[in-house]
Order: sequence, then C-alpha cells, then structure tokens
Amino acid sequence: MAVDELSRIFAALADPTRRDMVTRLAAGDATANQLAVPYQISLQAVYKHLKVLEDAGVVSRPPGPQPRPVRLEAEVFDLMDKWIERYRRRAEERHRRLDAVLVQLNETENGNDEQRGRTA
Amino acid sequence: MSTIAETTIEADPTVPIIRMTREFAGTPEQLFRAHTDPKLFAQWIGPSSLQTRVEEWDARPGGSWRFVSTRAGQEHAFRGCFHDVRPDRIVQTFTYEGNPDGVALETLWFEDLGGGRTRVRTQSLVDSFESRDAWLRSGMEVGVNEGYAKLEGMLTDGAV
Repeated sequence: MAVDELSRIFAALADPTRRDMVTRLAAGDATANQLAVPYQISLQAVYKHLKVLEDAGVVSRPPGPQPRPVRLEAEVFDLMDKWIERYRRRAEERHRRLDAVLVQLNETENGNDEQRGRTA
Repeated sequence: MSTIAETTIEADPTVPIIRMTREFAGTPEQLFRAHTDPKLFAQWIGPSSLQTRVEEWDARPGGSWRFVSTRAGQEHAFRGCFHDVRPDRIVQTFTYEGNPDGVALETLWFEDLGGGRTRVRTQSLVDSFESRDAWLRSGMEVGVNEGYAKLEGMLTDGAV
C-alpha cells in the first residue's frame, strides 16, 4: 500500500509541468484557470495534470462553490522526506563503519611507515 | 570523526536516481581499497547485526561480485558486475537476489580533497520510480523496522 502511494507521488512529480504547478501551489491555492495561465496547453490538459496530482494525493480540491481552488497537500512531502531520511540514516550508519575501516587503514599504514623508517 | 558532515542524499524528481555524498578522513586510494578489497568491504557494508560473507569478488572491469548477509539464520544475497574499476571511479550493477529482475546501475566517484580527505559521491540509477521507491523503502535490506511500521500505521489510520 505504502509503496504504491509513494510511487504515485514520484510518478506524479516526474512531469515538469506538474512540478511547476506544485511549486506555484506552494505559494498559495489557485484555481485550474489561474494555474493554466503560464502554460501553452489547453485547460483540459491542465485538468488532466491536476487529476494525476490529485490521485497521488499531492493536491486536493476541497468541495465548495465553483471554481474550486486547488490546494497542495503538504503532508505528502513530509511522507517523502521521512522515507528519504530513513534511507539516508542507514547510509550514514554504513559510512560510519567505513570511517572505522579507514581509521584502521591509517593506523596500519602509519605503523608500516614507522617500521620502514626504522629498518631504513 | 565529529568534524565529518553527515551523508547528504537527493532523490531526483525527473529520473529514478538516488544521489549521495559523504566526505571521509582517508585518501582516495584508501577509499578505493575499502570498496574493492573484499575483506575490507565486508567489514563495513552490512550492519553489525548482520554477518556479511563475500562469495565472489573480481574487482576488475567485467568481473562479478556476490555477497550474502545473514541475520538470525536468514540469508539475503546481492550480486552484480563491476563495469569499470578505476582509482577515481567505480561503475557497477547491483541486484538484490530477492528481487532478481531489479538492476541498479551504481557509479561511485572518489574526489581528492587534499589533506588525506576524500569526497565520495554515489549515484544509483534504477529502471523505474517504483523500483527507486522500493529501494528507499527497504534501504536495500529486508525486514520491517519500527519506523516503517509506524509510518504504515499512519497511512492506514489516514493520518498521512
């Protein structure tokens, strides 16, 4: 379930027009007509993009009188951040183990240098 | 190690790529060795709760690798090919055998920062956003951990 949800979010954001819409919605709610203004595409195409974003849960259009404003669902980005942060923490743990290996390598190599120094 | 900044990560929104950057207190040559010497590699790749056993390791262009991680009697195997092995760059494929159709293309760069420090950049390209999300979700390990369980609970509850 959760994987599908995140996949839909990533897929929805894979399109540059939709990403641009999301960026603009981050500044505040807007109607489909307002969103359509900067693009060289039909209002119908804008609705198509909105549908993808809506299905992914990235935006919502709360019921009310027309024209209904489109609203960004900020929680979606919290969810993505959480997954990415968890992955990052795991990588950081791995990198700290690599730090320890490098400390070992440095110690061994310094030891060898000293030995070489002594035998030279 | 307190002077070392933590790993940064970026999930590209346009292509299914995960990028990571981390600086290390080691020379590029040492980092290269830690990635190509199987004994050193096995020491850091898996968590201490896992036992990592390198079963195949030919760190040359065209060579292959395979390692098995064991936790509580459960084995998880990973395999791939070294496409290119250079002191400043390693390119390899990566497959978790539990999902044999999934192949990631990984590129690692070792950038000399001088003074015995190296920046390692990693880029993992997978074949779809779905695969990338699966990577992100699993952290390339199997098993549902507490955080994930909590998150899933939030999803089921409709809190997210």
